[in-house]
Amino acid sequence: MADAPQGDFLVLSQISKRYGGVRALENVDFRCRRGKIHAVLGENGAGKSTLIKIVAGAVQPDAGSITLDGRLRQFGAPAAATAAGVVCIFQELSLMPDLSAADNISIAAPPRRFGLIDARAQRRRAEALLAEVGCEDVNPLLRVRELPLSRRQMVEIAKALGQKPQLLILDEATSALTSADVERVYSLLARLKTENVAILYITHRMHEVEALADRASVFRNGRHIETFDKGARSTAEIVQLMIGRDIATQYPPKPKRARPAAALKVDRLGWENSLESISLEVGAGEIVGLGGLDGQGQKTLLLALFGVLRGVTGLITVNGRAVRPGSPAQAKAGEIRIALVPEDRKTEGLMLPMSVSDNLTIASLGALSFGPFVDFSKEAGAVEAGVKRLRIKIAAKTDAVSTLSGGNQQKVVIAKWLMTEPRIILLNDPTRGIDVGTKQELYRLMRELADQGAAILFYSTDYDELIGCCDRVAIMYDGRIVRELSGDELNETNIVASSLNIEGAAAASVGRESAHV
Amino acid sequence: MTVIPTNFMPSRDDRPIFIAALFIVAILIAGTAYTLQRFGSAPLLSPNYLLQQLQIGAFLGIVAAGMMIVILISQIDLSVPWTLTAAAMMATAVGGPWAIPIGLTVGLAVGAVNGLGVAYLRVPSMIFTLGVNAVMRGLMVAHTGGFAPDTAATGLMRLLAAGHIFGIPNALFVWLAVSAIVAVMLQRTVLGRSIYAIGNKEAAAYLAGVNTKGVIVVCFALCGLTSGLAGVLLAGYSQKAYQGMGDPYLLPAIAAVVIGGTNILGGRGRYLGTLVGVILIVLLNSVLSIMEMPEAGRQVIYGGVIILMLLVYGRSEQVTS
Amino acid sequence: MSSDLAIRMRQNFAFLTAVSLFCVVYLLYHVAHPKGFSSAVLVQNGDEVFTLALVAMAQTVPVLAAGLDLSVGALMTMVGCFASYLLSGAPDGTALSLDLAGWRLGLGTLPGGVPGILIGILVCLAIGAFAGLINGVVVVYGRIQPIIATLATGAIFIGVALFLRPQPGGKIDEDLNWALTNSLGDFASTVHIFNDGAAPWFAPFAGVPTPFVLLALIVLLVWVPFSRTVTGRAIYAIGSAEGAAYMSGLDINRARIAAFTLGGFFAGCGGLFLAIQTSSGNADIPQAGAYTLNSIASVVIGGTSLLGGSGGAIGSVFGAMILRVISFFFRIFDIAPLLQPLFEGIILLAAVSIGALRVLRVKNTLELFR
Repeated sequence: MADAPQGDFLVLSQISKRYGGVRALENVDFRCRRGKIHAVLGENGAGKSTLIKIVAGAVQPDAGSITLDGRLRQFGAPAAATAAGVVCIFQELSLMPDLSAADNISIAAPPRRFGLIDARAQRRRAEALLAEVGCEDVNPLLRVRELPLSRRQMVEIAKALGQKPQLLILDEATSALTSADVERVYSLLARLKTENVAILYITHRMHEVEALADRASVFRNGRHIETFDKGARSTAEIVQLMIGRDIATQYPPKPKRARPAAALKVDRLGWENSLESISLEVGAGEIVGLGGLDGQGQKTLLLALFGVLRGVTGLITVNGRAVRPGSPAQAKAGEIRIALVPEDRKTEGLMLPMSVSDNLTIASLGALSFGPFVDFSKEAGAVEAGVKRLRIKIAAKTDAVSTLSGGNQQKVVIAKWLMTEPRIILLNDPTRGIDVGTKQELYRLMRELADQGAAILFYSTDYDELIGCCDRVAIMYDGRIVRELSGDELNETNIVASSLNIEGAAAASVGRESAHV
Repeated sequence: MTVIPTNFMPSRDDRPIFIAALFIVAILIAGTAYTLQRFGSAPLLSPNYLLQQLQIGAFLGIVAAGMMIVILISQIDLSVPWTLTAAAMMATAVGGPWAIPIGLTVGLAVGAVNGLGVAYLRVPSMIFTLGVNAVMRGLMVAHTGGFAPDTAATGLMRLLAAGHIFGIPNALFVWLAVSAIVAVMLQRTVLGRSIYAIGNKEAAAYLAGVNTKGVIVVCFALCGLTSGLAGVLLAGYSQKAYQGMGDPYLLPAIAAVVIGGTNILGGRGRYLGTLVGVILIVLLNSVLSIMEMPEAGRQVIYGGVIILMLLVYGRSEQVTS
Repeated sequence: MSSDLAIRMRQNFAFLTAVSLFCVVYLLYHVAHPKGFSSAVLVQNGDEVFTLALVAMAQTVPVLAAGLDLSVGALMTMVGCFASYLLSGAPDGTALSLDLAGWRLGLGTLPGGVPGILIGILVCLAIGAFAGLINGVVVVYGRIQPIIATLATGAIFIGVALFLRPQPGGKIDEDLNWALTNSLGDFASTVHIFNDGAAPWFAPFAGVPTPFVLLALIVLLVWVPFSRTVTGRAIYAIGSAEGAAYMSGLDINRARIAAFTLGGFFAGCGGLFLAIQTSSGNADIPQAGAYTLNSIASVVIGGTSLLGGSGGAIGSVFGAMILRVISFFFRIFDIAPLLQPLFEGIILLAAVSIGALRVLRVKNTLELFR
C-alpha cells in the first residue's frame, strides 16, 4: 500500500518517551511528505532531539508507531533506519575523528574487492560526494580531526548523501558552517526536493525557516503543538507557539544609570590566531554582552579571562590591579574572583554521576572546611541556601545530578559559582538547551546579581537575549571587537550588521536577506 | 551521547560490599565444610588462624589502600612491585633508627615522580609507572648485585610486622591505622572530595578551580608511600628483603580494589569495599591452601571469582547513542 | 600526488619514527657486533624477536579498540604448553588424555609424523583464537571493563598452563625445531623442498632467517588483509569514537569480539613459536607477566595510541624489535649485567615520555583532558 509520491512519507502516531521522571515526548502525532522541506521548531527541551533519535533508530519509543512509506516499522538500531532510507545529519555526532574523510563517508558499506575495502574506489566515491556538496578542495585522505569544523560538517553531509536518503533529517546541521557552506547546503536541499526526498529540518533559527521551509511544525514541552504551511503564521505567532507566552514580558527591566567604573578591564588582549587586540570594560553592576556569529572568538575570550589558555598577551585588570590568572584555580581565588559558567555543562560544568550536593560545593570547598576537613554542617547549609536561591528542583540533594533536567542542571552550575561570591561572572551561552521558564529565571537572576555589584560578561547566540538583558553588547568578528552597541543603538539590525562586519544602513536590507547566525 | 544506566539502585556503591561480604561468608562455610569432612576440625573458624591470615593480608591491604586512591582518579600504578622492594632494600641497608623513615621516603619519592609524570607530562599512567617500575628494578639490581641483600631488618620493623600485642598481630594495627586514615581522607576531607571529582570528570573539576595537578601528584605519592610501608613491613616479617618480593602484590591489589566495588575507570567506590575485597582474597587463598589446591587450580579459581563477582555487581553502562 | 604523500607521512609520523629508530639502532648493532651482518647473528636475532613481536601484535588489536589485554602473556604461555604435548611428532602418534583428580578421559590419538604436526599446529592456533574469543565475550556480553576482565582471564589461562605443565617439560619434534628456528636454507633442507635447499636459484635466499619470514608472512597474510576489512576498520572506529561508530551503523559488539579473538590468535602464534624454539612447555608466571608488560611498551613505542583509534600492528612489531635490540646491545658492549635492567628501564621511560613534549606545546589546557 504505497502512498502516492506526493503523499505522506513518514507518519508518527502517538509516540511517547520518558527518561526517568522527565517526559521527553508525549502522544506525538506527526506527518511529513516527500519532496518538501518540513521544519521542526521548538525550544531545546521541546523534544525535537528525542523525536529525531527515535526516527533514526537510536532510541526506542515507549509507545506509539512509526510508518514509513505506508509500512509499519521498528528500528532497533541506526543501521536498520539507514537501510530503510532514513538518514540523519547531526552536528558531528557520527564522524570518527581519527579516520579519514574517505573512510568516514563509506564507513558502513564501502566498495569492496575480494572482500577487502577497495581504497581507490572508496576515494573516488568520496571525491564525487564531496563535489556534490561543493567541497572539492577537501582531500579525502585527511583525517576528520585535521579538518576545520565547517568542513567536518560538510563531510557529514556528504556521507549522508552517499547513503541515498529517502528521508533526510538535519538536526541543527548548519550551526557550524561558514556562510558559503550554508549556501551550498541550501542549494543541495533544493536539489533533493526535486528528487522527491522528504526533508526534516530541525532548527531554532527563524530566518532559516523563512528561507527554506514548505511546512513547519512547532513542538513545546514534548508535545506537537501545530503544523502549518509556509507563510501561514507570522514570526511573532510562531515564537508565541514555541514559548507559549508573549516575548515582551521576558526580560527584567534595565536600570538607567551612569556607566560605573570598570571592575574588569581588558587591554589589547590577544591569543594565537583567535583573539586580536581585544579591549573591553565591564563595570560593577553592568551586564555586558558578547555577540556576533558563532566562532568569532567569544568563547575563546572567556576562556582567556578564566586562565585556561596559555600564552595570552595583553593586559587584564581587575578593580585596578593587573592580573594574569594561570589557571581556573587562580582565577577564582580571593584576589580576583572570576567565575565561568562553561559552554558544555555535561562535560565541563558538572560531574554527572556525583550528587547535587557534591557538585554544588566543589568550587567553594575552601570556605566550607576547617583545615583539611569538610565542615558537613556548613556544607549542608550552603547547599540548602543554593538550592533555595535558584529554586533548583531536586528530589534529594544526594541524587546524582544526571537525573536533573537540563534547566536544573544549569542552575546547579550557576549556584556552584554563586557560592564562591564572585566579583566577575563570565557566562558562556548559559541558556543553550534550557527550557523557557528557567531562562526567564536566569535573566532575572543575572540582573539581580548585577544590582548587587557583580560585573557580568555574557556570551549568547540569541540576539533577543542580548538585546533584552545587556546594558551594552560588544560584537566580535574574526577575533576582534568590531563594535560596541548600547542604548537605542542596541537593536537587531545593528547587531546583524556588525556581526557580518557591514556598516551603515545598507546593513538593514542585507541583514534581512542573508542574516544567519 | 545518551547513556542509559542499567542500574538505578540507590545504594549502588554499597551493593558490591554486601555481595563481597556474603561471598566471604560463603567461602568460610565452604572451607569449614571441607575441613570438617577431611580433618574433622574447623581451623577456619579459629580466631588464631583467622588473625594469622589477616596478618599476612595486612601487607596486601596496605598496598590496596594506596592503589585504590590512584584508581579513583582514573589512573593506575604499576610501579608498586619494585617500589615496595626498593623501600624494603633501602630500609634494611640503612638499618638503625633511620630504616623505616628511609623506606617510607623511598616510596614517597617514587610516588611523587609518578605523579609528576602523569600530571605534568600527561603520559598515560599505565605506561609511565611501568617505566618507573623498570627503573626501580634496575636500580635495585645494580645496587644489590642481583642477590638478596644480606642486611637484616631492624628490630622495630620486625616488631611492627611480626610482633603481637594482646595476641593481636601488630601488622593488623598498622593496617587499621592506614585504613582509618584513608577512609577519613576519602570521606571527610577536601582532598577526598577532589579525588572523586577528578575521577568523575577531570575537566569539570579543573574548571571548578580544583588543583588537579597537585591532587594527582599527591595521590600517586600516597600510593608510593603505602607501597613503601608495605615493603618495610614485609621485610620485617621475612627478616630481610629479597628480589621480587613485591611482584605478588600488584595484581591482587588491583583485584581487591575492583572486587570491593571501586569502578576501574575511577570516580566511584568506598574504602570499606577495598577492605572487604582484601579479606576476600586472603581468605580465598587460605582456603585453597588448606585444600592443598595446586597453583594451577588457584589461578583458575582466582580469575573465575573476579569475573563472577563483577558479573553479579551489575555491568557497565551501555553506549546507545 | 605529492600532497597525498605528504599527508600520509604526517599522519603516520609516529610509526615512521619507530621504523627509523629501529633501523638506526639495528644498523649500529650489526656494525658494533664482531660477527655483525652474518646469517648466524640474524638468525639468533630472529629467534629472540619473534615471540615478543607477535605478543605485541596481539596487544595492539584490543588497544586499537580503546581496550587493553592483560592476558596476552598468559595466553601465549598456555598455548605453548599445549604445543609441548601436541607437537612431539612421535612417529606412532601421541595418545591424548585428560587427567582430572584421578579421572582419566581418553581424547583419542594424534597421528604421528608430519600430519600430526600440522594438525597440532592448527589446533594450537585454534586454541589461541578461542581463548581470545573468551576474552571478547567476557568483555562484550559480561560488560566488564577490558583491563579487569583480561586480568581475570589471564589468571585462568595461566592456571590452565600450570595444569598442563606443572613443571617445564614436553617435547617438540626436533625437525620442526630445526626448520623454524634457523635460516630458509635449513628449512628447505628439513622439509625437502627446492632440492633440499641446494637449488641454485634459491641460493640468495638460503641465508634469510626463517623467523623473520614467518613474521612477515603473518603480517602480510593475516594483519594487513584484516585491517582492510569492514570489521578491521570498525575496530579503529570504536577506538576513535564509539558513539559515532554506533550511530554510523557499525556492529560494535562483533568488532570488539573480533579484536580480542585476533589478539588471541597472534598471542597463540607467539606461544607456539616459543615452545618450538625452547623445545618445551614452561608455565612461567613471571615470564608471562614480563611479556604482557613488554607488549604494552612495544605498542606505545610503535606509535599506537593507548586511547585507541590510531596506529597499527606493524608499528608494534617495530616497537618490539627496538626493545629487543636494545637488550642485544648490552651483550656486545659488555655492559655489566647488573646495569642492564637499569638501562632498559631508563630507555623505556624516556621512550614513552617523548610523546609528552607535545603536551608542553598545547595552548588550550582544556585539550589536555580529552
